[in-house]
Amino acid sequence: MLAAIVGPGFGPAVPPPPDMHAPDGFLSVPIAAVMWLVTLAVLAVAVRRSNATLDERAVPLLGVMAAFIFAAQMVNFQVVGGTSGHLLGGVLAAVLLGPWAGTLVMACVIAVQALVFQDGGLVVMGANIFNMGVVGTLGGFYLYLGLVRILGGEDRARVPAAGIAAWTSVVAGAICMSLELAASGTTALSIALPAMVGVHVLIGIGEALITMGALAFIAVTRADLLRLRDSRPAAA
Amino acid sequence: MDQPDDAPTPRRRRSRYWWLVGLALAALIVIVLSPLASPDPDGLQRVAADEGFLEAARNALFSIIPGYNVPGVHGNLSRILGGLIGVVIVFALMAVVGRILVRRRR
Repeated sequence: MLAAIVGPGFGPAVPPPPDMHAPDGFLSVPIAAVMWLVTLAVLAVAVRRSNATLDERAVPLLGVMAAFIFAAQMVNFQVVGGTSGHLLGGVLAAVLLGPWAGTLVMACVIAVQALVFQDGGLVVMGANIFNMGVVGTLGGFYLYLGLVRILGGEDRARVPAAGIAAWTSVVAGAICMSLELAASGTTALSIALPAMVGVHVLIGIGEALITMGALAFIAVTRADLLRLRDSRPAAA
Repeated sequence: MDQPDDAPTPRRRRSRYWWLVGLALAALIVIVLSPLASPDPDGLQRVAADEGFLEAARNALFSIIPGYNVPGVHGNLSRILGGLIGVVIVFALMAVVGRILVRRRR
């Protein structure tokens, strides 16, 4: 709103490049290490579960989801004056691929962003994968399943349930980041938490809209892809 | 719009190569939408700047395609090219990982 009033051209002529993810230095080494351990443990389970249950027909969707989320994360959208947000994609990936394969997709995207594009630090990569990936693919996904059950089945409630889960996952990810920043001594929780939650409450609306739009689009164009999540490999 | 479930599906072609369409869609997002992206700092960056811990950020140890801008290319093309490279990398990586997971069942 403020941006609309102030208008473009106000402020520095050349904006800083929108490197979006937490860089190294934001978290203390001990906290970053703990987050790496948690993330590696989740990834280990994700690999084992995907190895056991991933259907061959879902493999192309793994690649397409990673490509879509990578591309969509480049499109920052305006939220309030001078602040933008972007898709995370964890709930979308998990609704289509399940929590475990979805986790692998998010980890792949965030790792490539850090390693190739210097977007997000290497020491804090575990935290970035957790906050932006695992929170959505596990927490967001099971919230989605619960909502779908309450709202009368997946076919009826897919889109609204995914929207609520997507919004919640962004806010929850921001809370996690705030806790990690405070535990690292980077900033006080009483400062980080309201600031992070305040802006991500708005960014989450964008997350919800994109997630719902993508699922509605797939339901209309290729509804068969919605069943890949629960299809299992044929017994050998 | 909806067809009754019991109606025989009239030769509905489901290409095996639908993933090419998905990949093209991702490329289209990079080419058409990413130049329109807001240049403003995102949520975390904004909070870091407002609360004074942006200086805590340390530079990357090495740099390949920093900030999605391909070095030596100017303007929007630099970022579009960077985005396309990323789209291809993550697609290929996940396709390979998925194939290994499926082929080597334990």
